[in-house]
Amino acid sequence: MKPAWWQNLLRRWDPLLLLTLVGFFAFSHWVMTSASPQRLDEQWVHLGLALAAFLGSALVPFRWWLALSPLLYLVGVVALVLVLVVGVTAKGATRWLDLGVARLQPSELMKLAVPLFAAAYFHWRQGMLRWWDHLVALVWVVAPTALILKQPDLGTAIMVGVIGGCVLFFAGLSWRLILPFVVAGCVAIAALLQFGDQWCAPEVEWPGLHDYQKGRICTLLDPERDPLGKGFHTIQAAIAIGSGGIWGKGLGQGTQAQLAFIPERHTDFILAVIAEELGFVGVAGLFAGYLVLLLRGFSLTLRSGLWAGQLFGCAAVTGIFLYTWVNAAMVMGLAPVVGVPLPFVSYGGTALVSLCLMLGVTASAAAEPFPGGGRR
Amino acid sequence: MTHDLAIGAFRLAVPLPRLVFVLGLFGLFVALVVGRAGWLVAAERHFLQAQAEQRFERVVTVPAARGRLLDRNGTILAQSVETHSIWVDPKLWQDATSEQVEALARVLATTPDAITAQIARGGSRFAYLKRHLDRQTAETILALEIPGVSALPEPKRVYPYRELVATIVGITDIDGNGLEGLERGFNKRLQGHPGKKVLVQDRQGRPIREGEWLVPVRAGEDLILSLDLRIQAAALNAVKNAVTEFQAKGGAAVVIDAKSGEVLAMANWPTFDPDARAQLDWNEVRNRALTDSYEPGSVVKPILVALALEQNVVRPETPIDVRGGVIQVSGFSIRDAHASDRVLTVAEVIQKSSNVGVVKIAQKLDPQALWQHYRRFGFGERPEIPFAGATAGHLFPAQRLKPIEVATMAFGHGMSASLLQVAGAYQALANDGCRLPITFVRLESPPSCSQQQRVISARTARTVRAMLEKVTDVGGTGTRAQVAGYTTAGKTGTARKVEHGQYVHKYVASFVGYAPATDPRIVVAVMVDEPNAQKGYYGGTVAAPAFAEIVRQALPALGVLPDQPVQVVASRAPRG
Repeated sequence: MKPAWWQNLLRRWDPLLLLTLVGFFAFSHWVMTSASPQRLDEQWVHLGLALAAFLGSALVPFRWWLALSPLLYLVGVVALVLVLVVGVTAKGATRWLDLGVARLQPSELMKLAVPLFAAAYFHWRQGMLRWWDHLVALVWVVAPTALILKQPDLGTAIMVGVIGGCVLFFAGLSWRLILPFVVAGCVAIAALLQFGDQWCAPEVEWPGLHDYQKGRICTLLDPERDPLGKGFHTIQAAIAIGSGGIWGKGLGQGTQAQLAFIPERHTDFILAVIAEELGFVGVAGLFAGYLVLLLRGFSLTLRSGLWAGQLFGCAAVTGIFLYTWVNAAMVMGLAPVVGVPLPFVSYGGTALVSLCLMLGVTASAAAEPFPGGGRR
Repeated sequence: MTHDLAIGAFRLAVPLPRLVFVLGLFGLFVALVVGRAGWLVAAERHFLQAQAEQRFERVVTVPAARGRLLDRNGTILAQSVETHSIWVDPKLWQDATSEQVEALARVLATTPDAITAQIARGGSRFAYLKRHLDRQTAETILALEIPGVSALPEPKRVYPYRELVATIVGITDIDGNGLEGLERGFNKRLQGHPGKKVLVQDRQGRPIREGEWLVPVRAGEDLILSLDLRIQAAALNAVKNAVTEFQAKGGAAVVIDAKSGEVLAMANWPTFDPDARAQLDWNEVRNRALTDSYEPGSVVKPILVALALEQNVVRPETPIDVRGGVIQVSGFSIRDAHASDRVLTVAEVIQKSSNVGVVKIAQKLDPQALWQHYRRFGFGERPEIPFAGATAGHLFPAQRLKPIEVATMAFGHGMSASLLQVAGAYQALANDGCRLPITFVRLESPPSCSQQQRVISARTARTVRAMLEKVTDVGGTGTRAQVAGYTTAGKTGTARKVEHGQYVHKYVASFVGYAPATDPRIVVAVMVDEPNAQKGYYGGTVAAPAFAEIVRQALPALGVLPDQPVQVVASRAPRG
């Protein structure tokens, strides 16, 4: 019997994925009643837009997305260049384009466009790949990443670079090219832990990084260095987490959260609010939710009949995980303070919509049948 | 180069090892984050909990409400009311716009420059701008929402009767600590104990809600004073009139309840307005009834006679030869103001206030016994009252009393006392020989007389009182102390002042007495300092009328019935 139209729809969206997503939205709304009750109405709008983005993007056939990707990518790069030339500056960073009616942040678009275009590139070169195709793809990733880094927006640049890099990684980028970076990174972290004190002296300048970026890394090593300034976030968050205990102080009862000691408590540091008010149990439960989302994302992706679909899906899921981890590590004092919200929970529309788009396109890729019709 | 690998429903197009590698990284990362959260919770929980409390809790001192001062009938003499003091955090103040500063200056009726100067005088994070404002003004200022400007509730002391009780009630400083008078004397009881309370604050230090009390606040006691505002008003008025009429430097009056030792009134002129503290003059602030000592003069004569009677050295009718009005003691001449040409009885010596007479009586006494006797009446001894400035007065040292010193002590010279001491001594006479402690607090019941407090026998006291009634009678020095309807008794005093070791033509005129004479209820002492000698300087002229005025108003106020028929000037009835 042919499935009904709504059964087709539901299959395309995947009931488990949709349920998990809605669960996250409900949780976000619940936490928001404590963290920022005055913003609930706006967050309803954001959640609605994000849900629409997921549902809508999942309905667009993945091949269309691939066909659309060069245009998205081109528009994105042009916009990024425009940002550097005529962008709007706020808080020391130039990230926005003023369109008169609204401000646009092109770097958010690139979170979708870069991996999609990289996947599309491999899709079109499938069967005739040469060793240098990886280098070309690397340029597609590195160029927009560099433009975003220039704004400067370290958080988004890392996300775009890593998600794009994931496509290359899953496409078979040689370990010989990857290892040096991994080793260099490990050496850098080890050296930083060892010599951090000397390197963090005020007169030392770090090549390629702004002073404030150096400051954030140095603060991570020793938050007490500047407890009222750069270390404030980290210290207050640690206090919130530790004082929350196993079961938390109860929603709306957190002293750190409710008395405004936690900075950015409804956006980047909402995990600290959750830890204080819902306790270790709340944090563990939240991460269980993420685990469900990621594993389901992978299991969907690996059913895609298109190589590009699997490439994009794996990259997107890895990206969402990385998003979560960078935010959590920042709140826990394991990573420098970079402006990355907690996926699906933090207040704000932009990141929420772009994440749901990534998830929606992943669902779209998963629904792509195998060329020979060998699936199901 | 696709890696199509079928596992169940999956057909992997991506390399499995890389997938496993990434999933392994996921696991590691999750373990890191959850482990870190668990470590913060498990290992550092108590430290971090304390850190949290340190941040949101602040212990504030809550000042205790200062007790009220009431007169014996419950009228409020001093009270603390809530006011609002505006203060500035100079660091935040830097963000204030010039429009805001100008608006603030308008509300405070000052200039922006004056405000800037005022803030510059304060600390780096705290400066008073204006203290003790009413609620409405404070709210107007807060509504300007100027950075760094806040209000602080602060009690302010108000004195509804102002100068009427100012010299006795005293004042507090701007922080509410007793500075003068009973405010200072009873400071400990009035101020209470400040409490300590936990305040929950947010990151900006704004109080969010109030927490538990660490130390409960204990409000200061209300004190019901012995003063009677009606009698106080009468006393102040009488003193003021006497000072004005005789162009004197100042004056004082004390009214004591003869049967309890309670001070019913203590008036000083000049006095001061407690609300105008900026220009306080010591001459106006001091309670001269207890800070100023003067030679009491003749008012001590009845006390001397009391000892002579007590020791049976004389009797009221014993004749004393005072003819000539002069007596030589150790080469000094002691004279009477009005020389008598006949022999006087002891009673008449008192009535006429003969110096020669009392010197002759004193010569019959043991000097040490006389000194002890004066001391028992409170002379030369600081009264136990809550006034820091109360004087002890002066007596010659008891050892090696010379005959001339005994002679001068007999008529109240060569010694000094405050008006309160004099009044206290007469309280003993009026209370049948029992000298009660002077108190400024209302007593619930009149104290009984202990053996210690009995300074002379009741019989002696009554005998002396009978002599004193003659003073206000026809032929006495204090006839102006008569009051219609009430019998009065007392003694005049006129002492010359000493300046640079020399007697000068400046006087302290006084009258001390009690009423009703038949059953004394109040002791009234009046002193006028340096009356204009041309207008009069005798105690009987200057001070006795004030005494009469006070008695005339005080006794009805206390509900004492007249003990003497009011003498009505008979008008002749028309004939026919």
